[in-house]
Amino acid sequence: MGVEQKLGDMGIVTTKLEELVNWSRTNAMWPMLFGLACCAIEMMAAQASHFDMSRFGMELMRASPRQSDLMIVAGRVTRKMAPVLRLLYDQMPEPKWVIAMGDCASCGGVFNNYAVVQGVDEVVPVDVYVAGCPPRPEALIHGVVTLYEKVKGEKFKDLAKA
Amino acid sequence: MDKKVESIVQALQEKFGATLEEFRGEAHVFVRPEQIVDVLTLLRDTYKFELLSALTASDYWPQDAPRFHVIYQLSSLVENITMQIRVPVPAGGDQKPKVPTATGVYDLANWREREVADMFGIEFEGHPDPRRILMPVDWEGHPLRKDYPLGYEEPQFTFNFEDIDVRKPYAKE
Repeated sequence: MGVEQKLGDMGIVTTKLEELVNWSRTNAMWPMLFGLACCAIEMMAAQASHFDMSRFGMELMRASPRQSDLMIVAGRVTRKMAPVLRLLYDQMPEPKWVIAMGDCASCGGVFNNYAVVQGVDEVVPVDVYVAGCPPRPEALIHGVVTLYEKVKGEKFKDLAKA
Repeated sequence: MDKKVESIVQALQEKFGATLEEFRGEAHVFVRPEQIVDVLTLLRDTYKFELLSALTASDYWPQDAPRFHVIYQLSSLVENITMQIRVPVPAGGDQKPKVPTATGVYDLANWREREVADMFGIEFEGHPDPRRILMPVDWEGHPLRKDYPLGYEEPQFTFNFEDIDVRKPYAKE
């Protein structure tokens, strides 16, 4: 394998700080509960023992935005709910990410009418869109792993710019 | 039609000049807006309709007189009968649809009248709490009216992705 095997006896691993921080972020991501519709049932299933999302470091679904760094918007967002969603997003500490789970959160889905926001990206910046109506737990987990790949590629200098 | 309902309808016809329409064995009794409180009080106290199962409305746009029907579905658990009272409400031009509130007769009517007022824009005169119940407080218009636009947005496919992407609002950090 790599250098860590050869240096293992010495208790030392060399890496870049950037990679270490990104790695630690990916493996301790706490999602915020934002179940709005039927997608929330699949989100619960992804958490439960059969699919077990805690394999990827997502042990806890937090009810408070202050304790979470990933928002999984599971379900349709009505125009009445949109200000609440944005408020909770603003209350989350940096760094933070958003997954739009399911067709309704991604683009309005079948609810193309006056009451439903056509894609939650009108309200909060979305990192990963998960398709499906509702997506199976595997699809959500794939979305989360895709987000991990994105987080691992983040550069400090880009964060400083923003 | 049920024998018990038949006698009640007859009483309403004699007392209020109500008209009857029958649909698949179900009685629809039409009364004027100013009579509705008296009719409901009579039905509740004398004929044991202790439950207002539903209060809703129907829009017959572009028809003007009457444009709306406010519909009261009553149930009597004691007698095991149901009955529908309809109030035709004219609207059009400057005329605003108005019906006296039934909250004094049935407490249940409170939220249901708020819903009808929110969705159809029918004013319930004397309602104790006339706020919107479903839509946001600053919403304009009444979504279940027939002349209300659906708010249909063009779906984004591969062939028109670019066109729609240009005018689509995206949130910032």
